[in-house]
Amino acid sequence: MAAEMEPPPLGDAGQTDFREIEDGEGFFVSTVTILESPEPSSPDPPSMPAEGISTNGPKQEDISLDDDPEDLFAEATEEVSLDSPEREPILSDGPSPAITPVTPTAMLTPRMGLGTAEMFERSLDELEEDESGDTFDMHIAVSDPEKVGTFNTTSMTIFSKNETTVRRRFSDFLGLHSKLASRYLHIGYIVPPAPEKSIVGMTKVKVGKEDLSSAEFVEKRRSALERYLMRTVKHPILLKDPDVMMFLESSELPRAVSTQALSGAGILRMVNKAADAVNKMTIKMNESDAWFEEKHQQFENLDLQLRKLHASVECLVCHRKELSVNTASFAKSAAMLGNSEDHTALSRALSQLAEVEEKIDQLHQDQAYADFYLFSELLGDYVRLITAVKGVFDHRMKTWSKWQDTQLLLQKKREAESKLQFANKPDKLQQAQDEIKELEGKVQQGEKDFELISKTIRKEVSRFEKERVKDFKVVIIKYLESLVQTQQQVQHIWVWIPIGSVVGE
Amino acid sequence: MGSIAAQLFSGLSRDIKSGSSLGSVNVDLQTDATLQVDISDALSERDKVKFTVHTKSTLPNFKQNEFSVVRQHEEFIWLHDSFVENEEYAGYIIPPAPPRPDFDASREKLQKLGEGEGSMTKEEFTKMKQELEAEYLAIFKKTVAMHEVFLCRVAAHPVLRKDMNFHVFLEYNQDLSVRGKNKREKMEDFFKNVVKSADGVLVAGVKDVDDFFEHEKTFLLEYHNRVKDASSKSDRMIRSHKSKSPHCLIISTCLGKFFLKVSELFEKTRKIEARVAADEDLKLADLLKYYLRESQAAKDLLYRRGRALVDYENANKALDKARAKNKDVLQAETSQQVCCQKFEKISESAKQELIDFKTRRVAAFRKNLVELAELELKHAKGNLQLLQSCVGVLKGDT
Repeated sequence: MAAEMEPPPLGDAGQTDFREIEDGEGFFVSTVTILESPEPSSPDPPSMPAEGISTNGPKQEDISLDDDPEDLFAEATEEVSLDSPEREPILSDGPSPAITPVTPTAMLTPRMGLGTAEMFERSLDELEEDESGDTFDMHIAVSDPEKVGTFNTTSMTIFSKNETTVRRRFSDFLGLHSKLASRYLHIGYIVPPAPEKSIVGMTKVKVGKEDLSSAEFVEKRRSALERYLMRTVKHPILLKDPDVMMFLESSELPRAVSTQALSGAGILRMVNKAADAVNKMTIKMNESDAWFEEKHQQFENLDLQLRKLHASVECLVCHRKELSVNTASFAKSAAMLGNSEDHTALSRALSQLAEVEEKIDQLHQDQAYADFYLFSELLGDYVRLITAVKGVFDHRMKTWSKWQDTQLLLQKKREAESKLQFANKPDKLQQAQDEIKELEGKVQQGEKDFELISKTIRKEVSRFEKERVKDFKVVIIKYLESLVQTQQQVQHIWVWIPIGSVVGE
Repeated sequence: MGSIAAQLFSGLSRDIKSGSSLGSVNVDLQTDATLQVDISDALSERDKVKFTVHTKSTLPNFKQNEFSVVRQHEEFIWLHDSFVENEEYAGYIIPPAPPRPDFDASREKLQKLGEGEGSMTKEEFTKMKQELEAEYLAIFKKTVAMHEVFLCRVAAHPVLRKDMNFHVFLEYNQDLSVRGKNKREKMEDFFKNVVKSADGVLVAGVKDVDDFFEHEKTFLLEYHNRVKDASSKSDRMIRSHKSKSPHCLIISTCLGKFFLKVSELFEKTRKIEARVAADEDLKLADLLKYYLRESQAAKDLLYRRGRALVDYENANKALDKARAKNKDVLQAETSQQVCCQKFEKISESAKQELIDFKTRRVAAFRKNLVELAELELKHAKGNLQLLQSCVGVLKGDT
């Protein structure tokens, strides 16, 4: 199970600010808003986490070396919850200490989230996907990263008729994930992977660097957490999990200690992961079910393709950024040229050209931003998700092998028993027979487990596929719309030259 | 790889008739019927380009009214240098020499493509090959245009067009046997340049009598630097623009698995982006590059004039000294007169040249900027349409 956990990057071992308060790793403060909206048959998925991108700058509070986790700074964060159509996103530029109170959303008609979850309360034998399940609407917005003391906590807002805000640390998210993983992965549920830790980013943030890269990092993390939570709650089974409920609702969570990299638990995880990798190579499974074979292959291909795509989208983002930088410098130089040109009309034209290019540069920057957050992050998420899916398949294999092993053991015991029968040792015989009974039970259990996991996987995979297609479609449409907007802007900008009349002569 | 390149591009010959309009992009020329020069054809061979220079003329000094010769790049350079070295033309802006045809970058890319052939899918390979070919073609057309512009400028210039060397260049239908400069000559050139720039600094320090020229001097200096700056920046900008396109290519092939329409879309937008980059390149970067060279030529003119001025003043001083000593007065007088004449001749023509330069420059910038804006608009519209239709389809598809 630990195999499915996002492995803490091995670089964790070298982090410098690993203090005695074990929250040395990066934590992350943000506000998460979870809204519930009663739209039973809306075909659209709940508002995309992407909409939840609030452009709040992260607040960088002073680092106090105070160990007290309760030491939340009084300067409140700006709360933004975004998804309901009644509200405009509150856009702020740059960190500001002003307290903007949360404008509460209109109270939505009380619809217990749990109620909708009940619709999913079917027996797991049902393999048919139920369409009505899609009515579940929960909106989560993670916003307002804030550095609190030596760690950042995340604020989340929860449903149940109202809006609740909870503060959560990044390690809490990881803790939640590890709990879910340990509980569900081995029986075949696809648990969405949590965002990864990043030493460099967190160190920068902690050191209080206000520069662009740390702001970007915080923003990246914030949106990643949001998407993670959205995926988790969209899963009908996971939503009902008490841990998830607690995570979303209770104001204080027991500290998740086992998420630190260098702790005993972390090391244990790494060891397990290595062991699993070895096991995978040695297990030879007779795949009786062609469906699994096919799906497995499919996912492998998908994985490859997605990785390639992800890589090239990242390149695209890079290049666009470069383009914007170059455009900016060209704009400056064109302006200078315009200055030194002594023909006045031409000079004016050149300065206008410079302005145009500047605007275009800004556009390019924005587009790069959009490229990244919409497209590339989605791809990254799916690459990790697919890893989780593959992990689930691996679990099935493990279950199968366990079953087979138990069967083998049973056989051996049976042989031993028959030998004993001839040898006529009554007490040993009894013992052997007891063992055999036990083993038979285990074999049956193993078989049942295997069946169960196979069924679950089938269901999960089809749900995953549907989600994936939906997800991609929505994001791509969004992305294309952003491209459309960019082009429209470009058009507006280039219209500046009333043809021919500017440089009159 | 030489073989691949050779196969692909050998014998690449273009009818450049349509390309001749490119020549007038950067220069606003009035060509009259007495002498019309253009490059009607060009052939790209292994490592050189052969231009077919076609002349139509009613001038009496030519044997025929219409004729063609084949010339190579070195011969153009020879012609340019002969102008520069000719003292008679010291007072004119010598049209800048065309840059050497440079296909190295393209060749390198082609080579890389050939090497990487195994690692890409067939369609990717063909796509990239097509792109490279298009790029090569574009560079080729550009270099032809540059050479043509040079010739047209010479032909349009009232004095230069009468030059003997020019006529020989146009008419002599055998090889001019102009060899490229050997090492020693290149070294000589290098030293000459060093001397010249040092001298230039000296000369520039001398205050000019004529305000007009003084003003022009400062203006040109600044302008030249800024044009250089702007042109390099625009180059970089365009290069980044171009490098974006291949990635759209990869994206489109990956997405092909699931969203066929989106991948088609990316393919098309990629083409449009590439075209945007090419247009920007043509209208903006080329314009700036050309005026970079022209402003350098104008600076050279000013330098020559400055030199003549200095010589004149020196001659004056020498004359005074000679008169004081009463030795070699006649000699000093004649030399002073020569310098005076030279200086005045240069000043006269220089003034006109610089004014013409300005006119040309303004006209060219105007034309190009307007065209640039139009093209950008057109492409933005096209892009927009594509994107909107794709979004519409995808949305309707739910």
